[in-house]
Amino acid sequence: MACPGGRGLALATTLLVLAATTGCGLLGDLAPAPASDARYQPARFQPSDLPGAQPDRGARVMRHAYGCGACHVIPGVTGATGMVGPPLNGWSRRAYIAGNVANTPDNLVRWLQHPQAIEPGTAMPDLGVSEADARDMAAYLFSLR
Amino acid sequence: MTAAGRRAARRARRLALLRLSVLGSVLAAACATAPSTVNPRGPRAAQIADIWWLSFWLAAAIFLLVMAALGYALFRRRPERWRQPAEQMSPAWQRESGSRFPGQGFVVAGGVVLPVLVLVPLSVYWIVKLIQVAVPPTPPELTIEVTGYQFWWHVRYPDQGFVTANEVHVPVGRPVRLLLKAQDVIHSFWVPQVMGKHDMIPGKTIETWVQADEAGVYWGECAEYCGIQHAKMAFVLVADPPEQFAAWAARQQQPAAESDDPVARRGAQVFARACITCHTLQVGGETVGTAVGPDLTHFGSRLTVGAGILPNIRGNVAGWVGNPQAIKPGNTMPIVELDSESLLAVVTYLESLK
Repeated sequence: MACPGGRGLALATTLLVLAATTGCGLLGDLAPAPASDARYQPARFQPSDLPGAQPDRGARVMRHAYGCGACHVIPGVTGATGMVGPPLNGWSRRAYIAGNVANTPDNLVRWLQHPQAIEPGTAMPDLGVSEADARDMAAYLFSLR
Repeated sequence: MTAAGRRAARRARRLALLRLSVLGSVLAAACATAPSTVNPRGPRAAQIADIWWLSFWLAAAIFLLVMAALGYALFRRRPERWRQPAEQMSPAWQRESGSRFPGQGFVVAGGVVLPVLVLVPLSVYWIVKLIQVAVPPTPPELTIEVTGYQFWWHVRYPDQGFVTANEVHVPVGRPVRLLLKAQDVIHSFWVPQVMGKHDMIPGKTIETWVQADEAGVYWGECAEYCGIQHAKMAFVLVADPPEQFAAWAARQQQPAAESDDPVARRGAQVFARACITCHTLQVGGETVGTAVGPDLTHFGSRLTVGAGILPNIRGNVAGWVGNPQAIKPGNTMPIVELDSESLLAVVTYLESLK
């Protein structure tokens, strides 16, 4: 071939182009879907589904008032590295709360306040969470995409 | 400069000023609230802070002096006589000028005389200051023995006859004798706002003293690398007004509380089965359990869990007991296999141990 770099460069370029196109194909599932496709609904709820709740305050309250991070991994909450309960990454995409009730804002607010009432004997204790704190924390969790 | 250029320059200046003031207020806030050595609350820390500030300003002044000299050296117009350097280093020149090289006088004055004049008095000052606080002003009435373990603090009040862990209470404004020991490796006892670092060495009992002049809760930590969780080996030193201290000490002398709550009683049974192998409780005048880990007789009234690293609230206690290795991997407490009801019962029991 009459290209500078010779066969080696041509081979490398070909492989790179192949990898890029194949990669795009494989990664297509994780790429954002077109906004026009109404069937794309991995996260059914968002923080605005809890009117008046403040997600930032929820994250603060999780850390300072209730110690959620001692049992759960929670993205965005400092020191939340606990492994007693499940990690809460991608909370908004979950279908169930504790494998028990549907993951909706109302159910989550109830769960945060009285987990023992919804699933008696579960490892998560009743922590005396107020309604306002539960709404703020639920709003924060639903911001985790 | 064009009008647009002047506006851009003004904006840049305002932005820089804003950034500086934000940084300044952050630093000021940090200084005001952080457990900082330049925010002393006791005589020993105050002496250290005094020494530090004197050294800082002296060093700052010398730094500016040196920078000024450097600037002068860089930007002065070079004298004509320097243009023949070879001639200046010749034996004839040296004989005539009496010096080995140009500027020898300046080097001796600035490099030998000035440092000696600054450093010798400064060293004397440091030594005198530290000697002044090496012994307490009055003989201490209270003795506390602290033993460093990997990675927690065993605290004993020998005269009052009780033990606790990870929390040291002292009366405000009174000197307290500290006996420092180590169980396994070298640790170091440090409460930045109240006293300097004191090593705890296995096989030795090191006597020192501490005094806090303002009531409050002070952060303490291990200051000698002692293993994988050295960074999370912390404690609190609580300075109480004398009446509050006496009340606290009296409570600590009581045996473990017995609760009426059925969940707590169930928790006590779990504790007796699963926790007593490594922890101790004072029950009915005797110690029950093995002291591999901290005594938990009055755990419910402590401020922290996990050795100073988490506030003592229910969520954190459940997380610690449920999986201490997730919070402090490599610490001596293993994951104890408890079903969920037993976990919550024992957490309730621990809360009841006020």
